Amino acid sequence: MSGAHDSMPDRLAHMLGWASLVLGAMQLAAPRAIARISGVDDSPAARVVIQLAGSRQLLHATTLLRGRKHATGLWNRLAGDAVDVTSLTGALVGRTGARRRRVAAATAGVIALTGVGAYAALRIRRARGRAADTAESELRAAITVKRPREEVYRFWHDFENFPRFMTHVDSVRMSDGQTHWRVRGPATKAVEWDAEIVEDRPGELIAWRSTGGSLVPNSGIVRFTDAPGGRGTEVRVRLLYHVPAGRLGGALARLTGEHPEQQVRDDLRRFKQVMETGEVVRSEGSPEGTRALRQAFQRRAQPVA
Amino acid sequence: MKANCWMGRNTVEVRDVPDPKILNSRDAIVRITSTAICGSDLHLLDGYVLTMKKGDILGHEFMGEVVEVGPSVSNLRVGDRVVVPFPIACGHCNACEHDMFSLCENSNPNAGLAEKFMGHAPAGIFGYSHMLGGYPGGQAEYARVPFADIGPIKIENGLPDEKVLFLSDILPTGWMGAEMCDIKPGDVIAVWGAGPVGQFAVASAYLMGAERVICIDRFPYRLKIAERAGAETIDYEDVDVQEALLDITAGRGPDACIDAVGMEAHHPNPAMYAYDRTKQATRMETDRPYALREAIMACRNGGTVSVIGVYAGFVDKFPVGSFMNRSLTLRSGQCHVQRYLKPLLRRIENGDIDPSFVITHRLPLRDAPRGYDMFKNKVDDCNKVVLSA
Ligand SMILES: NC(=O)c1ccc[n+]([C@@H]2O[C@H](COP(=O)([O-])OP(=O)(O)OC[C@H]3O[C@@H](n4cnc5c(N)ncnc54)[C@H](O)[C@@H]3O)[C@@H](O)[C@H]2O)c1
Ligand SMILES: [Zn+2]
Ligand SMILES: [Zn+2]
Repeated sequence: MSGAHDSMPDRLAHMLGWASLVLGAMQLAAPRAIARISGVDDSPAARVVIQLAGSRQLLHATTLLRGRKHATGLWNRLAGDAVDVTSLTGALVGRTGARRRRVAAATAGVIALTGVGAYAALRIRRARGRAADTAESELRAAITVKRPREEVYRFWHDFENFPRFMTHVDSVRMSDGQTHWRVRGPATKAVEWDAEIVEDRPGELIAWRSTGGSLVPNSGIVRFTDAPGGRGTEVRVRLLYHVPAGRLGGALARLTGEHPEQQVRDDLRRFKQVMETGEVVRSEGSPEGTRALRQAFQRRAQPVA
Repeated sequence: MKANCWMGRNTVEVRDVPDPKILNSRDAIVRITSTAICGSDLHLLDGYVLTMKKGDILGHEFMGEVVEVGPSVSNLRVGDRVVVPFPIACGHCNACEHDMFSLCENSNPNAGLAEKFMGHAPAGIFGYSHMLGGYPGGQAEYARVPFADIGPIKIENGLPDEKVLFLSDILPTGWMGAEMCDIKPGDVIAVWGAGPVGQFAVASAYLMGAERVICIDRFPYRLKIAERAGAETIDYEDVDVQEALLDITAGRGPDACIDAVGMEAHHPNPAMYAYDRTKQATRMETDRPYALREAIMACRNGGTVSVIGVYAGFVDKFPVGSFMNRSLTLRSGQCHVQRYLKPLLRRIENGDIDPSFVITHRLPLRDAPRGYDMFKNKVDDCNKVVLSA
């Protein structure tokens, strides 16, 4: 998804990453000192609990400092904070005086960091919501196929082959430069559109674009290049879906019930299987062949009745 | 049909399941005559390999008789006797064309899952989790064999099952473990693990011309079987392995070390064992790499460490400094079984090796759960269990 990028959550995520790193390192290296500072040094389990929390903090640090996927890192860290706050409030019970004050201070510190994390995570979520309203989404995927470039190009060029490896495509019919697509999903009824080839360089690339009043205006380009060292052909696909605002936000994902990016990658994997082995490869766990949704909900590995 | 199913951590059950059907045109259906329990099955049994599902049929070492072939299988006929290699491989992708069959790029329909754990996906394997394809295994009366035109090897000389069954996995695996050591005259090879895989690694290392082969384990009865394959042995509960190896090699260390133990290694020091057990239980590491750590530390400068013991995820305290500063070579892999079928069948035929020496127990398929228990807990000096229909 594109759109103006809000850099504030990234900065906060980095800050929290550093905080986790420092905190985690201290918890692992000096659990006794940390236990004293937070007023739980009277508990025999404190050291182990603190060291465990320390290794968790280091994990948060690596995802937050390294990642582009800050949202995930942030939500993970929030979950971790929840654990800490729970154990600290537990520790408040039955402690009095200076010790109780120290536990309370430690709890307040964790809660403050939790607040920062929650703010950043929500801000990312809001930004995503806005972007999804208007976005033109771009999907890219690539695969190497051990067949000569001409042959790979020719197979792709015959659009009527698509249903053999694109699970969601019911049919593609061709008539002089125009193609008619019929796509279905498990939840929704079929969607149809016409597309035209806008560029066709034999052995090199094919570009197409939907025409007329398609519900989901889309275009795509596939490029074929020789893979180095006789490894066959590199196939690179780029798809653009223009998802109109509002009612159709995320339409494609909902249409097919799968993450579009994963879907394109799976399509390419099946394309490779068909080109190299002659058909889509099936296991009893995935009898339909490679499919993101099925990977999440496998049949058990027993023969299909 | 009856099949041995994984029903959760530490539980297998023989259950009634549907008969397999042809799903792809290059499939064959095999009626299984003999099938074995492997050390890898123990990793699955114990729940250390992720993405197992209750009801999954286990088993990847099997042979039998072809009872049905798909329309694209022209090399096999109904009635043929075949041994089936455990990695499922298409024969036409880049990996297969380079004889790296356990890395087949097409045989794992759940490659996307495996990529999340490992970066890139290896081939599908029979009865070996959903990350590795979600294929039912061969501890059953029948199995569907994908790419039957490429994988299975026909047995036409009337050799009994017991002599050829282990072509499916552990004989080629032990062989590949030794092959990766690139053995030269005079080489001393150390093998961690005197299980069937380690025992075959010992035998293979000698066939490849090793000067001395040392096998390390703690079960005297297993070490005895390794001795029959020619090994000198070290019981790591009696002596310090590093010291013993330094002594044997006059301070050099073995020229190559083979890890035939894998992720569920045991450690004689209870504290060390507890340390990694705890980390494993809390998922801070998935594998206990004692044998691997020890093999790396023991190997001579510039030597090779060959890892055929199976690891699943992440380990702790990997001695990377020793590995790097001493110019070691680390080699590994699920065995590319298809590569070794013909040459090893020839060696069995001409009597170079009789793989049946590893078998200690023969049980009917319905006793598979008892077989697992005996094999895992070393009951009745169990070394290798063969199940038959
Ligand atoms: N790479 C492959 O293709 C492939 C194929 C088959 C099996 N395997 C793997 O090979 C390994 C061995 O298989 P197996 O069937 O012989 O299993 P097994 O369980 O029968 O043998 C393992 C042996 O290792 C010994 N051991 C445990 N800890 C040790 C230690 N610290 N030092 C020395 N020995 C130790 C055990 O006592 C046991 O005898 C397993 O990890 C299995 O998954 C790999
Ligand atoms: Zn095995
Ligand atoms: Zn292949």
